[in-house]
Amino acid sequence: MVRMIKRADITKFKSISIRIIAILGALIVAGLFIKLLGHNPLEVYKSMVLGAFGTQHRIRQTLIIAIPLVITSVGIMIAFKMNFWNIGAEGQILMGAFLASFVALNFPALPKPLLLTLMFIAGIIGGGLWALIPAMLKVKFDTNETITTLMMNYIAIKWITYLQYGPWKDPKAMGFPKIADFSQQGQLPKLFGIHIGWIIAIILVVIVYMFLHHSKKGFEITVVGQSTDTARYAGMDVKKVMLSALFISGGICGITGMIQASGVARSLSVEVSAGYGFTAIITAWLSGLRSIVIVPVSILFAMLLQGGSYIQTAFQIPKAAAEILQGLILFFILGSEFFIRYKLIWNKKSSKEAK
Amino acid sequence: MNSNIFVEMKNISKVFGSVKANQNVNLTVKKGEVHALLGENGAGKSTLMNMLSGIYSPDGGSIFIHGKEVKFNSPKDSIKMGIGMIHQHYRLVDVLTAKENIILGQKGRFFINEKKLSKEIKDISEKFDLQIDPDKKIYDMSVGEKQNIEIFKVLYRGADILILDEPTAVLTPQETEKLFKIINNMKKQGCAIIIITHKLNEVMEISDRVTILRKGETIKTVETDISSPKILTDLMVGKSTNLSIERVKTKKTKSLLSIKNLVVQDREKVEVLKNISFELSGGEILGVAGVSGSGQKELCEAIAGLYPVTSGSITYMDENIVGKTPRQIIKKGISMSFIPEDRLGMGLVASMDMVDNLILKTYLNQKGFIINRKPAKEQAELLIEKLQIKTPGVYHPIKQLSGGNIQKVLLGREIELNPQVLITAYPVRGLDIGASHTIYDLLNEQKKKGVGVLFVGEDLDVLMELSDRIMVLCDGEIKGIVDASKITKEEIGLMMAGQKYDGEVS
Repeated sequence: MVRMIKRADITKFKSISIRIIAILGALIVAGLFIKLLGHNPLEVYKSMVLGAFGTQHRIRQTLIIAIPLVITSVGIMIAFKMNFWNIGAEGQILMGAFLASFVALNFPALPKPLLLTLMFIAGIIGGGLWALIPAMLKVKFDTNETITTLMMNYIAIKWITYLQYGPWKDPKAMGFPKIADFSQQGQLPKLFGIHIGWIIAIILVVIVYMFLHHSKKGFEITVVGQSTDTARYAGMDVKKVMLSALFISGGICGITGMIQASGVARSLSVEVSAGYGFTAIITAWLSGLRSIVIVPVSILFAMLLQGGSYIQTAFQIPKAAAEILQGLILFFILGSEFFIRYKLIWNKKSSKEAK
Repeated sequence: MNSNIFVEMKNISKVFGSVKANQNVNLTVKKGEVHALLGENGAGKSTLMNMLSGIYSPDGGSIFIHGKEVKFNSPKDSIKMGIGMIHQHYRLVDVLTAKENIILGQKGRFFINEKKLSKEIKDISEKFDLQIDPDKKIYDMSVGEKQNIEIFKVLYRGADILILDEPTAVLTPQETEKLFKIINNMKKQGCAIIIITHKLNEVMEISDRVTILRKGETIKTVETDISSPKILTDLMVGKSTNLSIERVKTKKTKSLLSIKNLVVQDREKVEVLKNISFELSGGEILGVAGVSGSGQKELCEAIAGLYPVTSGSITYMDENIVGKTPRQIIKKGISMSFIPEDRLGMGLVASMDMVDNLILKTYLNQKGFIINRKPAKEQAELLIEKLQIKTPGVYHPIKQLSGGNIQKVLLGREIELNPQVLITAYPVRGLDIGASHTIYDLLNEQKKKGVGVLFVGEDLDVLMELSDRIMVLCDGEIKGIVDASKITKEEIGLMMAGQKYDGEVS
């Protein structure tokens, strides 16, 4: 019989070595799979890395994927810190993109800095309000936020689809169901060949770090996340903390939507969120809810996505197989978190240990 | 071996970390007997029973069931031997019916033979005179009904040794009476019943024999018939302790806190505080005695604004504070620290460091959005020195400190707030003598400063030595408020068991 025992404490060295073993395990198992497909695993791994970082262009592509992951993870993290399981980033991204697009499409002639600022604010409001709905439901009726935030995603997706096929359909697109492109003023400028979303991302990481660690509100969010009883005892208004934290969390996800619409798609469509809202849950967790760590984790994750799509063309590996590779690697890394938190003990040994 | 002896536990020991929860404990339970386990909090009753039901395994000693030595690896093993534990917190699936809960986790049949099951349920029902409605959902049931299902569950599994962990703690008197009837029926059917409680009157009423535990050791097993609440109290709290605590002489100042006709109901609409009235003056320590769960927690929380008050008034310096938010009450100078069984509870955030825990109550007084942690850090260093808190540093998560040090952080913080009224519950819970005395000194110091101290305690000796007056709570009622220097421990013990004090009221 095997038993799980929660680890009270783990040394840095041990937790790092568990992670390294997990990554090696993933590479070996995925390697067997590649071998089965008839390719040389080492070659495939090499080109995965090269596919993500091999040329300047590829590095840019990887970073363009990393930007929404960083921002969304940071947004989700605020809710997670409060023990509020916000699974609704996908919808919050879309609604942020929606309001930003509303501004971009209706005031296309405004000066660029003004229009982009307005779009930015609209993005925050769109995402924030969308997150506020499940937060209100939680506060008022104690509904399960995991379900409500998830459901809100689908409403948002269908809403954008409706706009795309209905009222916002671009008449110039020759019957093609697509929303009109933003004017030049509504598009994010570039710096070093990448839209300036990367600067926004870095600033946000720093701001959120400061917010959580050095502001009153951030302190309240952390306390509420640890124990609502303690928060009440200390005189905090738990409901108010929850609502404002969720507005901030959703608002940051909304920024992702604005950036993706303005900097990447240059228009609004359901593809704007591209699953980042879900992927960011993984990156937020993997970084242990630490804002600074989110940056490298998101870049590595972007590498996995970018490299995965590169090997499809380089080796003629089908998309499904590339996704299996990604899944295997992810499985091992997430699995290692289990071994960091728990240790397995064989029963015979444990009774001796107890004595 | 005598086949009438159902349970025999010999020289049982169990150690948690540095705490000896059980030390050479012996217990024998016979067929057809109701055996009460009596002891104060932390005496080791629950630990002992958790070992009998297979949740913990003992570090030393042996357990015999029906004369056979057993080693339980899991609760499953103990259920197989006919042991059923009815926990204080019920383990039922709310959305299922009574019947479904009863057969839950049963091995074997894939399909349920409805007819057979109904008959089995009826048989047990009649045998023990235990009425249940098999098709009622759990969430529709009252607390008493739920408990019946728990009992039914273990009987259905064929248990003949039943352990009830403080079964009456959540019951109304009427429900308690019904429960005792059921227990007596089980007894008649030849079951052995172990009942954990610290309510003396119930022990006297229901049990045949009593085993008293104190500080993890068995003190004595006595026949209930030839004992009395007084004898039991003596055994339970221990006759003498050689620590003397100073009772500082101060002048009582004006009344700070005045509570009138306070009624508080819990979620089940059961009254947990019944029409309570008392006064607390500056410069006095008002001790609160009572078995745990008599309403102490609710009283503390009601004053701090954390528990909804049904009716009555709490007047602080001529102002009714019922309905004020916890934040407003903190600002007025009422400070509450409650040390629950797990030590951390609501006063502190376990994963945070000392600095963050200190600013928990003061951060709001700072201006602006940003928290300045510097004063708190200095305060933390000061507290470490003053109270000799053992910690690797001010930035060390407090959950890694020992219990005593955690309590010092909590109480130290509350005192640093310079409160007018200091409410403290179980501040010395689990502390060694030295650390306890540090805390008593702190409380006395506050008293000298003119603070009104409400001190909820467990140890009667300490309560009697430290407090000026003692208020005894039983089942949410005040059984008497007495002068601590003129009362005997026996008299307090009787009040704790529910007898009204008929002497001079202070």
